[in-house]
Amino acid sequence: MKLRNYITAFSAVVLLGMLTASVHAKTFVYCSEGSPEGFTPALYTSGTTFDASSKNIFDKLAHFERGSTKIVPGLATSWDISEDGMVYTFHLRKNVDFHTTSFFTPSRQFNADDVIFSIERQRDPNHPYHKVSGGNYEYFTGMGMKDLIKSIEKKDDYTVVFTLTKPEAPFIADMAMDFASIQSAEYADKMLKAGTPDQFDQKPVGTGPFAFVSYQKDSSIRYVAHETYWQGRAKIDRLVFSITPDASVRYAKLKAGECHLMPYPNPADLEQMKKDPSIHLMEQAGLNVGYLAFNVTKDHLKDVRVRQALSMAINKQAIIDSIFMGAGIIAKNPIPPTIWSYNDAVKDYDYDVEKAKKLLAEAGCADGFETDIWAMPVQRPYNPNARRMAEMIQEDWSKVGVTAKIVSYEWGEYLKRSMNGEHQTVLLGWTGDNGDPDNFLSVLLGCDAVGSSNRARWCYKPFDDLLKKAKLTADIAERTRLYEEAQLIFKEQAPWVTIAHSVVFEPMTQNVVGYKIDPFGGHIFYGVDLK
Amino acid sequence: MIQFLGKRFLQVLPAFIGVTLLTFSLIHLIPGDPVELRAGERGIDPKRHAEMMVAMGLDKPLPVQYLHYITGVFKGDLGRSFVTKRSVLKEFFTLFPATLELSFCAMIFAIFFGLPAGMIAGVKRGTVFDHMVMGVSLTGYSMPIFWWGLLLILFFSVQLGWTPVSGRLSPLFWIDIDTGFMLIDTLRSNEPEAFRSALSHLILPSIVLGTIPLAVIARMTRSSMLEVLQEDYVRTARAKGVSPGRVVIVHAFRNAMIPVITVIGLQVGVLMAGAILTETIFAWPGIGKWMVESIRRRDYPAIQGGILMIATLIIFVNLLVDVLYGIVNPRIRQTG
Repeated sequence: MKLRNYITAFSAVVLLGMLTASVHAKTFVYCSEGSPEGFTPALYTSGTTFDASSKNIFDKLAHFERGSTKIVPGLATSWDISEDGMVYTFHLRKNVDFHTTSFFTPSRQFNADDVIFSIERQRDPNHPYHKVSGGNYEYFTGMGMKDLIKSIEKKDDYTVVFTLTKPEAPFIADMAMDFASIQSAEYADKMLKAGTPDQFDQKPVGTGPFAFVSYQKDSSIRYVAHETYWQGRAKIDRLVFSITPDASVRYAKLKAGECHLMPYPNPADLEQMKKDPSIHLMEQAGLNVGYLAFNVTKDHLKDVRVRQALSMAINKQAIIDSIFMGAGIIAKNPIPPTIWSYNDAVKDYDYDVEKAKKLLAEAGCADGFETDIWAMPVQRPYNPNARRMAEMIQEDWSKVGVTAKIVSYEWGEYLKRSMNGEHQTVLLGWTGDNGDPDNFLSVLLGCDAVGSSNRARWCYKPFDDLLKKAKLTADIAERTRLYEEAQLIFKEQAPWVTIAHSVVFEPMTQNVVGYKIDPFGGHIFYGVDLK
Repeated sequence: MIQFLGKRFLQVLPAFIGVTLLTFSLIHLIPGDPVELRAGERGIDPKRHAEMMVAMGLDKPLPVQYLHYITGVFKGDLGRSFVTKRSVLKEFFTLFPATLELSFCAMIFAIFFGLPAGMIAGVKRGTVFDHMVMGVSLTGYSMPIFWWGLLLILFFSVQLGWTPVSGRLSPLFWIDIDTGFMLIDTLRSNEPEAFRSALSHLILPSIVLGTIPLAVIARMTRSSMLEVLQEDYVRTARAKGVSPGRVVIVHAFRNAMIPVITVIGLQVGVLMAGAILTETIFAWPGIGKWMVESIRRRDYPAIQGGILMIATLIIFVNLLVDVLYGIVNPRIRQTG
């Protein structure tokens, strides 16, 4: 009898404890748009995966300041760059704890071994983890890291030296990217010994503001605040990703108070959201650009006057109004305004049909000519409806006597054929990776990129020289000057019509405070609180 | 009985092979390869592209790929997803309980309302009730699932706040998921509130998914009842003075059930098709949503494996229906 009383009392206390715990825990619910592919950022490339992993669980050597593209110290407190720009020495932060979870208890703090493990796994084909979980390191390979990094050495427990094969000014920015997330070497070792290396990529352990608790595919991901986070504990206790793929349903959940923040609203819902008193709608220019590239190796398009005339003939404002429905701004430069070195002094070609006709006549095309416009078959933030956009451009060009045929292919085919330069003009865009201007300018307009991502096939020496020069120096002021000049040349030569930068909208409930839009399109919940 | 089952089983084997062959050829007909789609605007250099095709086994000629796949299937290996790199079979079984739970509840909803409605409409032929049931079921049958789902969400969840918008359980409950059946898991968690939350999450999706089967079942029951009520033995029973209720329920209804059971069996296929939309609207983590996502990403192993498993399920259910027939109507067992 006595025992039963004890049990009853005990269960009452436990139950009460559980109840109070669930009442007092501050839970932030984010209605995310999809399931992550996994939890090791280096293996994947999608923003959905980064939100669930690198943005909230892991730290990198350098960080982007929350809400900007400015680089600040992360797990490295400082770094030295050698005179020739080839040796980077990172001084690591001390007293940084890894997460303690139900599946792993760390026995030591963060040190140089973790940095070496995280990078070497991607670089060294003989690394025991290289082939685990499919072993494709798309970002690492795509950013050219494989050829760039010559060696990584541990000088002592808190000093790591990277030696490069050539100077690379954006290297620190590269190390702040998602693929460079620092994972626990001790945990990796333990999983390898237990014969379950796959688990390392499914149940993550990091040093970041939130610790992973559980994941149910297509349903939810749960995190708790990392109690001893080196930047201070997060203000919310629990973070839940409630996976909701349909934008209308996300909006309904937000209205019903079932989540606090949702990404990617339907453009059609924006008007209503702005009027809704229970919703706070934040907005910021996205880190992207949508453009129409002229294939400068084709017929009339070789002539810069023709390219300028065609640029003037497009009514961009009409495109912004009817296709972006307010979720875009006119682009005049190939880089978005949130990136440093954006040259606001550049003057765009104003919409002017008469001037365009005159320029065409000067170029010997007074009677117009025939061309094509390629329209992407997919929706992108920088171009929500390429087909419609192509029709509007077609209409605009017909006013100056240019007849354009609209061409479209299945997405994979579209990318391949436009890479081969089969088009005359092609609609496409780009979303930045590391906030460095080089990530737009060299990738999309550099001579080395002709035949791949340089769809204009535009190789202009004065422009390219500036980019190459800028890549060799780490001096931001000098690089800014070079890129500003490059943007002027770009506009004058008009290899593209820069069309739009999308505007990112983040609707949230009124009680969310401290949220900042990440210019890289990620969703970071450190620093967020609920009123 | 065993002979009967064996015979049926032999008959479904060619169907299995057909399904694998059909899905395999269809997905390879969709343009675009998985490597290029993943690279997107970023592009991928041809060398790396070739490497990845080799890694995925996509460099070999199609018949070789198929042979490799089908031998795997017979060994119980459906391959690994290109995207998550996890075993397809494992992925299927983590998501399947969600679809099963939803389909089961939708079916209960459909049968619970469909059978009595159809039966009464049949008995009270030509009355206002009959016309109403037929009108409503026609509307239900023609209702686009997507629109119907959003309509219910907007009305019951957003306006009235009676039911949750989507998902399977409120994120405020942190219970352990063992079986994957939320109702069972929440019951085991000793948190009555969690069970209530799971149940309330099931209401709207079950109604949406169950609407079409409900309409079909109601109409089928009605016409089958009408037919049976004309039979001689029903007249005989009535002439013998059996009470009208007993005539309808015992004599007529049992025989009217035979075609209805077939229809219920066939509805399993409809449920699977409907689940794709319903799961997308209600963010229900099941097979349907997984399939759509896999097709979009050209995740060949996941598509092939998923469709094979669904086809197997449908074939199996129809086999079960055949067996059930035998129980309801012994004549089929003897001649079949």
